[in-house]
Amino acid sequence: MKARIHVTLKNGVLDPQGKAIEHTLGSLGFDGVNEARQGKFIELDIAETDEAKARETVTAMCEKLLANTVIENYSIDLEQ
Amino acid sequence: MSEITPEIVAEHGINEEEYALVLEIMGREPNLLELGIFSVMWSEHCSYKSSKKWLKTLPTEGPQVIMGPGENAGVIDIGDGNAAIFKMESHNHPSFIEPYQGAATGVGGILRDVFTMGARPIANVNALRFGEPDHPKTRHLVSGVVAGVGGYGNCVGVPTVAGEVEFDPSYNGNILVNAMTVGLAKADRIFTAQASGVGNPVVYVGSKTGRDGIHGATMASAEFDDDSDEKRPTVQVGDPFTEKLLIEACLELMQTDAIVAIQDMGAAGLTSSSFEMASSGDMGVELNLDQVPQREEGMTPYEMMLSESQERMLIILKPGKEDLARSIMDKWDLDFAVIGKLTDSKRMVLKFHGDVVGDLPIKPLAHHSPEYDRPWVPTPDSDDVLASDIQEAADTTQALKTLMSSPNMSSRRWVWEQYDHMVMGDTIQRPGGDAGVVRVHGTDRALAVTSDCTPRYCKANPVRGGAQAVAETYRNITAVGATPLAITDNMNFGNPERPEIMGQFVGCIEGMRDACLALDYPVVSGNVSLYNETNGKGILPTPVIGGVGLIKNSDKTATVTFGSEGESLVLIGDSIGHVGMSIYLDVIEGRREGNAPVVDLAAERKNGDFVRSQIEGGFVESCHDLSDGGLAAAVADMAIASNMGVEVIKPAEVETPTTAWLFGEDQGRYLISIGDAESLLEAAEEAGVSAAIVGRTGGNDLTLPGGSTISVAELRACNEAWMPNYMAG
Repeated sequence: MKARIHVTLKNGVLDPQGKAIEHTLGSLGFDGVNEARQGKFIELDIAETDEAKARETVTAMCEKLLANTVIENYSIDLEQ
Repeated sequence: MSEITPEIVAEHGINEEEYALVLEIMGREPNLLELGIFSVMWSEHCSYKSSKKWLKTLPTEGPQVIMGPGENAGVIDIGDGNAAIFKMESHNHPSFIEPYQGAATGVGGILRDVFTMGARPIANVNALRFGEPDHPKTRHLVSGVVAGVGGYGNCVGVPTVAGEVEFDPSYNGNILVNAMTVGLAKADRIFTAQASGVGNPVVYVGSKTGRDGIHGATMASAEFDDDSDEKRPTVQVGDPFTEKLLIEACLELMQTDAIVAIQDMGAAGLTSSSFEMASSGDMGVELNLDQVPQREEGMTPYEMMLSESQERMLIILKPGKEDLARSIMDKWDLDFAVIGKLTDSKRMVLKFHGDVVGDLPIKPLAHHSPEYDRPWVPTPDSDDVLASDIQEAADTTQALKTLMSSPNMSSRRWVWEQYDHMVMGDTIQRPGGDAGVVRVHGTDRALAVTSDCTPRYCKANPVRGGAQAVAETYRNITAVGATPLAITDNMNFGNPERPEIMGQFVGCIEGMRDACLALDYPVVSGNVSLYNETNGKGILPTPVIGGVGLIKNSDKTATVTFGSEGESLVLIGDSIGHVGMSIYLDVIEGRREGNAPVVDLAAERKNGDFVRSQIEGGFVESCHDLSDGGLAAAVADMAIASNMGVEVIKPAEVETPTTAWLFGEDQGRYLISIGDAESLLEAAEEAGVSAAIVGRTGGNDLTLPGGSTISVAELRACNEAWMPNYMAG
């Protein structure tokens, strides 16, 4: 099963990298970008076939390692 | 119906008595915004309500002091029309919650305190304390904090030249991250936070305001409990590149004649900066919060006034200088907004969407903050451990090897190699010696900077421990050949509402005062961090001292590296073999007992003056002060740094048992290596300083009396292995 995880900064947390992207897009002439927020995308190929169990495991992975839950949110998509 | 319930008041950390005072000052019930402002202004962090009474007893004056405590940082005269500006500040609680960002924003905050006064930051120092290495959180915290300190400091381009890292179980739930910055300014171009001139514009520059760390200042003043995870407010995230822009923009603006007063927005952000500026100038302020640059939609006045977004400054400009200031901020890509003006009302009036949303008197709020004389009990004296009470080591050299491989004695190379300590090109001595040394750019002068504290001494005997912390920085600075000028202090303690904790605080202050007076070494700035407790268990009392000294001729300094083979090792100072609370007793015998060593302040000064004169005279090949681990550890440090062997010889007339002589932690001592020891011994006798030859450099091995021989390479490998192995674990 494939697990696709998006990790994004929580609302309200300053995103210096997003700010740099927004600024650079502007200076390259791409107008109309009001805000840029960047995060990370992680894809895991896991052996588990039961969706509920897989979700439980991947959630634990996110809590422990993949996301810094003090400042980041995560979302998990599973695909058989 | 009242907007303010007792629950809301309590949530703001304001007790009943304090709330009565709020009502008296306001003459009515405050609204939520006003209550929030009281809450941050009267937090322990901003008001020093438990510590003020005692801090006032510290000596803060001297011919070298240009500005003492009360401003953003202390200012001292370093000659040639230059001034050094420095301060140390804690970021303990945020670093425990989010170690990388907590440490990073700690560095950012202290940098701003220094450049807001007109100084270019030239050196950073970091004193870090973590829980025991085996605690499940420690490794993660060390890794995050060290990366955060390096990440921010390196990006901003300021070298980190000194610091300390210590492990102790008492910090398991409350780590300490104390960051210090030293800056360089022209002595006649110092900027303060004193507002003046009715009608002058109040200007906001830097990053936009978001909902970062709202109530960070009140969090820093509350104990943690197991629910802290739930209460965590949004963590502040630092942006070092913006900080770099802000440094350059502010320094450029300071070159013009536009600034009346300037203050960084640190803890309690816009609230404390505007109140402090208005209060010190006895002015009023009117702010239009619609003008505050905002990062997020729909921010309330409460959020704007309490936000702790980083990289922001508040400036009072001279009239008509808005366009000049705006053009400089535009050039550096920073936000600029006129958000208000000074008034003569002596009140803070806050407007939002055309309405007055807050109206508070300034002086009573800033100056009549509660001040507590908290009950305290002196720390009971502990029985001492005598030199004769410990077992003679079977093999002193093996004991030294064990000691040098232990968590608190092992090399910190793994840590400081992650810090850029050479950027700016003026670093003369890197971390790893007694003090960092940075050249005063373009001159022959240099500054020596260090931080130190021995918390286990402070626990055993706060008065001795407080004096020892000051004296040890004096010694660190002297050992590189510098004249100690002044200190900053970062007082980290547990809950001051407990009389025994307050007693530790009072004791440490007493010891510090004695040492500062005896050494002509005043306190010019500082910070207090209380409530460092988890579930009622406090940290060791930790008054970290940051010291700054001056070297007049940067060619005449000393390092811990031997010059050549065949030099004599000369021990300066008296050794009675004080083993109480020593590292040896703890690591080798597993006993944390005894009393802290006495600091004989007269001898401290005499020995220091003597050592300094010998270094300034160019007679000394190397010098190292003695601290944790005593003579043996100092010899090991020097041999490792020099990659050269040494034989330690105990003089025949010494009666102290060998183990205590080698590992005792008597104070006021230095180790010097020198080609011609005779003239040094003569000079010492003339000066009334004890000095004795205790060894000779040469070969590849280290030998101790009562011990076997070990190669310096093996000793180095043990000393340098612990930290990287632990972190890889």
